[in-house]
Amino acid sequence: MNRLMGMTLVLAAPLVFGACAADPEPEAETIAVNINHSRFNPNDYEFQSGTTVRFVIHNADPIDHEFILGGKDVQDRHEDGTEPSHGTIPGEVSIPAGGTRTTTYTFTESEDLIIGCHLPRHYDYGMRAEVNLV
Amino acid sequence: MSRRRVGMLFISAGLMVVVAAGPVLACGGLVAPNGSVNLLRTTTLAAYTDGVEHYITSFEFSGGGGGKFGSIVPLPDVPSKVDKAGRWTLQRLVEEVQPSVLAEAADSSGQIARQSAEVLLETRVSALDITVLKGGGDEVGLWAKRNGFNLPPDAPEVLDFYGDRSPIFMAVRFNIERAEDKDLGVGDGIPVHVTIPTDQPWVPLRILALGRESNEVVEADVFTLTDDRPAMLPVAGLPGAARGMSLERSEPAGEFLLADLRSDRGMGWLPEDGMWLNYIRINTPAGELEHDLALNVSGESPSLIDAGLEAPSSRLSVVDDPALWWPWILAAVIAFGVLSATGRLATRTP
Repeated sequence: MNRLMGMTLVLAAPLVFGACAADPEPEAETIAVNINHSRFNPNDYEFQSGTTVRFVIHNADPIDHEFILGGKDVQDRHEDGTEPSHGTIPGEVSIPAGGTRTTTYTFTESEDLIIGCHLPRHYDYGMRAEVNLV
Repeated sequence: MSRRRVGMLFISAGLMVVVAAGPVLACGGLVAPNGSVNLLRTTTLAAYTDGVEHYITSFEFSGGGGGKFGSIVPLPDVPSKVDKAGRWTLQRLVEEVQPSVLAEAADSSGQIARQSAEVLLETRVSALDITVLKGGGDEVGLWAKRNGFNLPPDAPEVLDFYGDRSPIFMAVRFNIERAEDKDLGVGDGIPVHVTIPTDQPWVPLRILALGRESNEVVEADVFTLTDDRPAMLPVAGLPGAARGMSLERSEPAGEFLLADLRSDRGMGWLPEDGMWLNYIRINTPAGELEHDLALNVSGESPSLIDAGLEAPSSRLSVVDDPALWWPWILAAVIAFGVLSATGRLATRTP
């Protein structure tokens, strides 16, 4: 009897655990971004609306940079802002010189977005990338 | 074949950055916490004689704010000495080419898991803290970052541009507290004399554009004193030449000029005669200053790489780089061995 119950429990375990995992998190697509000479590479992206993307950003420069993903209003806010660092908001992260950081973002917008760095003069220098949503 | 050394013109404007005590909220590279530092005009002399290059350089600044600031200057080779220069030399040269103008030469006296640059030399000249570094662009950039320099966004590319050709940089930091102790104020300068043994001289010009807006005009006076009239690349002042670069004077250096220069502090090495003087004026938007100045007095064309017009990796050849000779030597040895073994090298008697 005990053996029968043990086998039943073993057979039922996957069903039980499977039921608990009935709502998995959306699988994130991983995109590698390299920063070199104050430029994002790639400098243009295309994602489907609703996609979750995990950006792995490597800063190959000897100076710090930022990765700020958002519309023009987000870029303008950061261009005028004074926050010394980022990392708590999805799509916004500071990357130290020579470092690698990640940020995960789910695209729910209907408009195209921008990736920019807003350390002093970086954005004007051309440190930005286009994100097209389809 | 040893390359005849040439006098070298050296621009030490370099990068003006602010070593700020706190966060910098505006143009990071060139703004002090309580004001701004504007690079007005640079004046530099480089001369070569008796196997040594001598650089006398000075910067004029318009304000220092409340923090420290400095500059990073690329060098063609390791200097053997960095001293305070006499105040008279640069002024005398400017008078030579602009007799009606008394130019005030000012001196500007400048986290990562990766390796920082190697410190080769540290010294003080008046209110300037001077450090000579060895390393690539990234390593020098890291050193600068760790030592309080706020590098502008174009710094990584410009430092790599120079680091690919020469691993030697000079960081000059201006200490405002010491300047005040010495009663130095806005408009004053500190002349620095850098002595550099080298076989591959070139004049860094692109560094002058570092941290500037693309349409901001770069102004500089460049003097050279060489044993013979040099060929230059790019050619200044001729059709097709680099814009904003004009050869104002090119002539034998007068005996009175040389005598005056020799009388200044630390200038006794200058020959009494036989030098050729060039005066080049730079007046160009920063976005167009993407090259340096190469000189050659041996009758050959100056190096495209030394002029910054070609990347070093595209030029390396077996002839130029002894390190690349060994495969050919090995091949020759093998070929000799094979030919000897087969008897094909044996002499034949008719």
